[in-house]
Amino acid sequence: MQIGLFHFLFVSCALFFIGVYGFLTRRNLITMLMSIELILNSVNINFVAFNKFLFADKLDGIFFTLFIITIAAAEAAVAIAIIINLYRNYKTIDVEDVNTMKY
Amino acid sequence: MELYDILFWVLSAIAVSCALGVILSRNPVNSVLFLILTFFAISGHYVLMNAQFLAIVNIIVYAGAIMVLFLFVIMLMNLNADVEPQKGQLVQLAGVISGGILFLVVLASIKTAKAEIMDKTSTDIGLISNLGKVLFKEYVLPFEISSVLFLSAMIGAIVIGKKEEVKTSATAKMEHVSE
Repeated sequence: MQIGLFHFLFVSCALFFIGVYGFLTRRNLITMLMSIELILNSVNINFVAFNKFLFADKLDGIFFTLFIITIAAAEAAVAIAIIINLYRNYKTIDVEDVNTMKY
Repeated sequence: MELYDILFWVLSAIAVSCALGVILSRNPVNSVLFLILTFFAISGHYVLMNAQFLAIVNIIVYAGAIMVLFLFVIMLMNLNADVEPQKGQLVQLAGVISGGILFLVVLASIKTAKAEIMDKTSTDIGLISNLGKVLFKEYVLPFEISSVLFLSAMIGAIVIGKKEEVKTSATAKMEHVSE
């Protein structure tokens, strides 16, 4: 069977939902952030696959992926700064223990 | 079976199994290493789809920069499997159900979808020279705006991550000098 668009979509779908599962079940903030990176990467695969197989004469999908990578880098930097600040104040990065604003 | 097919299946197997490793391993350091392997497999997918520049950028930015940052923070906080918090069985069951049902729905919708596949004759469009021309003509405004985004993210990270005692230590030094 010829490898086509749908094979890449299946892979990205699997990665996306592995990321969703990790985001819902882990309590460590850093692992949750890693799950978000997995989700972003699966979206990137989708963009590149659609660009390659449906609009092979354009480059818009590749540029969307490029800008998603840019934003992911900025997001990771800010999120890690927040996590470090949280760790300094609470001595933990468990999301269940940081509940000052919850009640 | 062609080489392309073999490469696709091997890279997909690596990507999915390493993504499972990210989620299931208790030790955060192992999670980060699995995530780096996943990114390499995804870069292999980009090469298969004729986006070589994107593959290189993915490796440099993700595996080179972001993952090193993650690893550095994990080592700094001295996290390991003993202190790694785990959620209860109920939450894990809820995660499996919500993630799995949505996964099945999306999978079924992909399976029944029909798409008009273009012929794969024009294959050299993802190369760097074409990419650069389009980036600096049509996408020059988002490009510049993303540089502003980076600047603001850098300043934000510094301001958030700064220690609170900076001001007090400065005043203490001034008092010391005045004494």
